[in-house]
Amino acid sequence: MCVGVPMQVISIEGDQAMTEVDGVRREANLMLLDQEVVVGDFVIVHAGFAISKLDQEDARETLAMMREVFTPESMG
Amino acid sequence: MNYLDQFRDKELVRGLSQRIRTLTQGRGKPLTFMEVCGTHTMAIYQYGLRTLLPPEVRLISGPGCPVCVTPNGYLDRAIALCRQPDLIIATFGDMMRVPGSSSSLMVERAKGAEVRIVYSPLDAVRIAVKNPGKRVVFLGVGFETTAPTIAGSILAAKALGLGNYFVLASHKTMPQPMAILSADPEISVDGYLCPAHVSAIIGANAYRPLCAEYGIPCVVTGFEPTDVMQGVEMLVRQALSGESRVEIQYSRVVRWEGNLKAQAILAEVFTPFDADWRGIGVLPGSGLKIAQRYQAFDAELAIPVAVEELKEHKGCLCGEMLKGKVSPFDCPLFGKSCTPESPIGACMVSSEGTCAAAYKYAR
Amino acid sequence: MDNDIILLGHGSGGKLSHQLLDDLIIPLLSQTPSAGQNDAAVLEFKGGKLAFTTDSYVVDPIFFPGGNIGDLAVNGTVNDLAMMGARPLYMGVGLILEEGFAKSELSQILASMRTAADAAGIAIVTGDTKVVPKGKGDRIFINTSGIGVVEHGLRIDGAAGRVGDKVIVNGSIGDHGIAVLSAREGLEIDSGIRSDSASLNGLVGELLALSGGLHVLRDPTRGGVATTLKEIAIQSGVTIMLDEESLPINPGVRGVCSILGLDPLYVANEGKLLALVAPERAEEALRIMRQHPQGRDAAIIGELTEVSDGRVQMKTSVGGVRGVEMLAGEQLPRIC
Repeated sequence: MCVGVPMQVISIEGDQAMTEVDGVRREANLMLLDQEVVVGDFVIVHAGFAISKLDQEDARETLAMMREVFTPESMG
Repeated sequence: MNYLDQFRDKELVRGLSQRIRTLTQGRGKPLTFMEVCGTHTMAIYQYGLRTLLPPEVRLISGPGCPVCVTPNGYLDRAIALCRQPDLIIATFGDMMRVPGSSSSLMVERAKGAEVRIVYSPLDAVRIAVKNPGKRVVFLGVGFETTAPTIAGSILAAKALGLGNYFVLASHKTMPQPMAILSADPEISVDGYLCPAHVSAIIGANAYRPLCAEYGIPCVVTGFEPTDVMQGVEMLVRQALSGESRVEIQYSRVVRWEGNLKAQAILAEVFTPFDADWRGIGVLPGSGLKIAQRYQAFDAELAIPVAVEELKEHKGCLCGEMLKGKVSPFDCPLFGKSCTPESPIGACMVSSEGTCAAAYKYAR
Repeated sequence: MDNDIILLGHGSGGKLSHQLLDDLIIPLLSQTPSAGQNDAAVLEFKGGKLAFTTDSYVVDPIFFPGGNIGDLAVNGTVNDLAMMGARPLYMGVGLILEEGFAKSELSQILASMRTAADAAGIAIVTGDTKVVPKGKGDRIFINTSGIGVVEHGLRIDGAAGRVGDKVIVNGSIGDHGIAVLSAREGLEIDSGIRSDSASLNGLVGELLALSGGLHVLRDPTRGGVATTLKEIAIQSGVTIMLDEESLPINPGVRGVCSILGLDPLYVANEGKLLALVAPERAEEALRIMRQHPQGRDAAIIGELTEVSDGRVQMKTSVGGVRGVEMLAGEQLPRIC
């Protein structure tokens, strides 16, 4: 079984999107998504379908918060 | 920007490990957290995360492997189907080596059956299009991350007017088994790491009833090592302060209400039924079978076959393993008569199986 | 389960392959106790030493980014000889062709074989061609044999690893398997990865300057780096500790592995070698490799930490530790 992988949308044609991770491209079907997706967005791709959008803003905030709180130096 | 590497940060993992250590130092009884998702099982082993946690925190695996919780009868039916003439079985790779009562798909393929490994159920639909003279049966096993993709494939097949595409469905749903485990006096779980992508579909709200009834903290956690460590840290804080809430660690993907469109597609194509979970038994409303209006795509109804008598291996402890009561190393067959090359139970060969993970990464 | 038929997994280079060799093939065929342990057999001959190897190629598809079944066959044969430190001299080629196979494709394959042989300095001196009826073959299978001469007096052998040795790889791992996989019909993956198929005898020639400091050479083909190191660990009776962060992996290989759920440690390589080198010579070995076109991205990826019954472990990229086992069944069939 393959884990859902965050991939970036390169192009969209109807229900199909070309997505990319690490320079590798594969098509993903968008029919399961309930969110609007545009080129440049990241989606989680599982078994050939996009199952969710990845909120990049939230990802950045989470990382920033974690780095502030959990870097070994900051914890003394 | 690569949202995988960012969450595989060594420094963050080290910092989280230190924090967890500080929080739990000197605790008498260790805190036991259970994950219920095969991908978490694998991620924890692959990154060696247990070696980064103090002895005061114990991570155990529950019924998170959809192949493992599916009783042998399903595989026996798949094998009976693959022996039919002009029939192609399409499946995810991890089903190939799983032992049925007397054979496996890998052995059947070696004997001439047409069994093809696909990455997506849409690939199976393509095979059906390219082989109009044959029936194509996709083995639909998985939780709520996979079930919508299979529903999608049925809708696609319908739109194409295909009469030769079928699904042998054995989907199961969360969080019913978690409730059963929470009520079991022999299992004492201090918190659940809830699955990432299942929750992306069903939403974090799905765990509220269970959390409220049993008072067990639930943290919806991503699969990358930083995610898992943060999820554990959040569970530790809740457990230590006696709280029990549902929290979302994997907030970049999971929403409280989940993916409403995927949920609607599931409701359209599948109906809930009382499914049999290996080791746990029949749980009401915990499985998904193909809805009546899509009967034409249901392999079990459309292609009746004689299925051999069910035989479960006597010494196999898969059932206990799936409840987190036993660890692979406790099983007398582990690594001896049960190995990935000659498996006795599904746990040893499913790509998300606890024994497969322990054998590969922790011996 | 069914132990009386051959399964695809028996050809994967992993546990099943080993079982077939140990339980059936070696007992029935071999006269020498050490048969099958190393990439080529080293034989005493009139006061000198010859290296002798045989190989078969069934890769599917036969043309893939970075090569084809023909140059793969030549490079693979040269490399088996080179892993014993032998200078490759001659090879023979057996072709099994399926009725209906296009002559234009055969010509292309043969031309690449000649180019590869010239580049490696090996001469194709004998051969055979058979044709089987349509449906009884799969376009073309190639079998080869190779002879080389061992001129160094060193002991380069799978059992020669010693505690303290460093494990060095000459470049990125997983390229060949992923290139072949990406070219397979049905997966629809566009990865841009090319096979690393190349002959390594030139590089090995340079490494012989390490003389007694060079203990083991092996090419991680089917079963990948993980399987090959596990074999060596068992033969040498040691534990090998890998460092995940130092593994050279192309982003595209990483990407495909993420999408398909594969582990680059188990993916086949065809232009890579693993060298186990005495610790005090490791930096020198790296320098030698990096100066060579086949070793620009060479890296130390692990070390032999203690005597044991043969284990491989890995310090993960986030600082944890996990075990590394041999490939169990088949990960990717028909990759070489």
